[in-house]
Amino acid sequence: MKLTKILVLVLSLCLMLVTFAHAGKDLDAVRNKGFIQTGVNGAVFGFGMPDAKGVWEGLDVDTARAVAAAIFGDASKVKFTPLSAQQRFTALQSGEIDILTRNATRTLSRETQLGLNFVTVNYYDGQGFLVSKELGVKSAKELDGATVCVLPGTTTEQNAADFFRTHKMAWKPVVIESTAELAKTFFAGRCDVLTSDASQLAGARAISADPKGYVILPEIISKEPLAPAVRHGDDQFRDIVDFSVLAMINAEELGITSKNVDEMLNSKNPVIQRFLGVSPGNGKALGLDEKWAYNIIKQVGNYGEVFERNVGINTTLGIERGLNALWTNGGLMYSPPFK
Amino acid sequence: MKPEDHSTATDTGEAAVPFWHDAGKRSIVYQVFALIAVIAISYYLFSNTQANLARQSIATGFGFMGNEASFEIGESLIRYSAADSYARALLVGALNTLKVAFIGIILTTILGCIVGVARLSTNWLISKLAGAFIEVMQNIPILLQLFFWYAIFYESFPSPRQALNPITGVFICNRGLIFAIPEPHRAHAAMGLAFVAVLIGGWFLNRWGYKRQELTGQFLPAGKITLALAVFIPLLVWAVYGAPTAMNIPELRGFNFQGGLTVSPEFSALLIGLVLYTSAFVAEIVRAGIQSINRGQIEAAKAIALRPGQVLHLVILPQALRVIIPPLTSQMLNLTKNSSLAVAIGYADFVAVANTTINQTGQAIEGVALIMVVYLFFSLSTSIFMNWYNKRMALVER
Repeated sequence: MKLTKILVLVLSLCLMLVTFAHAGKDLDAVRNKGFIQTGVNGAVFGFGMPDAKGVWEGLDVDTARAVAAAIFGDASKVKFTPLSAQQRFTALQSGEIDILTRNATRTLSRETQLGLNFVTVNYYDGQGFLVSKELGVKSAKELDGATVCVLPGTTTEQNAADFFRTHKMAWKPVVIESTAELAKTFFAGRCDVLTSDASQLAGARAISADPKGYVILPEIISKEPLAPAVRHGDDQFRDIVDFSVLAMINAEELGITSKNVDEMLNSKNPVIQRFLGVSPGNGKALGLDEKWAYNIIKQVGNYGEVFERNVGINTTLGIERGLNALWTNGGLMYSPPFK
Repeated sequence: MKPEDHSTATDTGEAAVPFWHDAGKRSIVYQVFALIAVIAISYYLFSNTQANLARQSIATGFGFMGNEASFEIGESLIRYSAADSYARALLVGALNTLKVAFIGIILTTILGCIVGVARLSTNWLISKLAGAFIEVMQNIPILLQLFFWYAIFYESFPSPRQALNPITGVFICNRGLIFAIPEPHRAHAAMGLAFVAVLIGGWFLNRWGYKRQELTGQFLPAGKITLALAVFIPLLVWAVYGAPTAMNIPELRGFNFQGGLTVSPEFSALLIGLVLYTSAFVAEIVRAGIQSINRGQIEAAKAIALRPGQVLHLVILPQALRVIIPPLTSQMLNLTKNSSLAVAIGYADFVAVANTTINQTGQAIEGVALIMVVYLFFSLSTSIFMNWYNKRMALVER
């Protein structure tokens, strides 16, 4: 009898904990914990991977830091959980993590069937081709007859097949289940081409033996808008994550960087004054400190800085802004007004 | 258990035994309950799955099989393109599995027999070498062996542009072994037919020679005659058709070799890995089979001046085979099933194709069911054939 009672007690406690995690008060939960638990990739260089000293680095990692800066005024109040492609959505649904910033493509079915909300895209990606410079290939349309190492995934194989069919080219796929094994096979020369999301190709190239010997071809054959995600049930939290990403984009648009943000506080421009909380309003609307955007820019940087620091042209990844440039520069990064 | 016998006994008995004291009837009741339980559980699982799938609005059924597959497959025995249906893609995968299993079983049997016999050799070096081979191959997991062989292919062979060219028309590079094949010609089909005809003729010749030997004692070297004819007659047919010598020679065009026949590194690595691994087990089975034969028989055979080859052929093997065949069957099944490890090294076997199909259609239950059915079919067919062969061999024994 005693045992049963204890069991019932423990069970109901567990249930309470579970319901607590699911209560929809994600923001409260995060504030009570004092940090944000973030799901990241853990193996993609430039997006989410610890460096040699164990410090997490990457575009996705910095996005999570921006959210921490907005909520706590301290970008370091974030903890990371490396997740595989299969685990990532379950981890978010079950409350193991608070936000997911793990190069996840926003799609209709994920948005509707998985009980989660994607926010603003923090990286526009697409499937591309990586080839050795030795081949002298300048365009994916010259790949007739090539052997292609394909990362198995939901649509990678199909995208590649569609591309080669559309351009009436012959090819041979080599499909290997393990990403690491496939990359090894490609860099050893088994295939002429490696195909996957362009950012992952850049990551694979960066950690290969000879990053300079490989080039990503200009053709991008699919749309992969990668966005952070939160679970359903706490719209305020969703807004905060959304506008944390947008604040970085907006700052770049306004020319505010981590270096000049303190000077910008004295700006006479009302748009900048509103953005940095000099004229209050935005912070209160989001339920945050008025300095939230200032904190993001001061501690993490604007989108351009984050991009160039992690994946930009001067890093080993060497990715050009392309679609990820501001809309004023021909890219897709565009922020609604902060008012 | 014979319930009838028991009930007749109770009929003649004085008092009828209640059915719960009747072991026969009781067992029938148990079996009925067990059957009902199995059916109920299956029904529950089936309807539960159906309901859940319907709730998540996931399509069920095999309707997708006719849809366009729209993915490419690396190697295929039949014509295939991304525009073909899923059904055809899966057939390509099944044929690829069959190809590696069929060739693998033949090579494994041959290599396993050689190593098994070598293991028992009186030559110290040969026997120890065979022993070392068996220990090493048996004790390294097959997956690691596959990675090893695959790495050897892609790491140590040159790129197509620096391909090794040991003899004219043969190239070795990290894209595989590429060699020239004769241009398609009517003569080849005729040569194939002639070859088969000679083999069938040889079988009858062998039977006739055997009967003649029993009657007259004269020995007819039927094997050697058949072998000679099998070489000579197809050549004759080839000459009759005007001796076509056109060859389809591979040449480097663009990225890869075009023309000729390519044996891919994935296939080679899988085949070598499976054959070496399984043949170590087969060798031990062969050794056990041979050792199961009484030494007296071997000594007797030697005493009547049979040569070592004849001792093996006429005395040892016919008796050892009946010990060897049942475990050999299970090794063959193992080889077929292990071939599904192909996904790790990129050979397009049935599992690889089915995985892609599942990924694209989202119909995991159907896909996994297909995988199970196909492997069950392969395994049962192998085992039916081997059981038939086993029965035949068993009859030889008196």
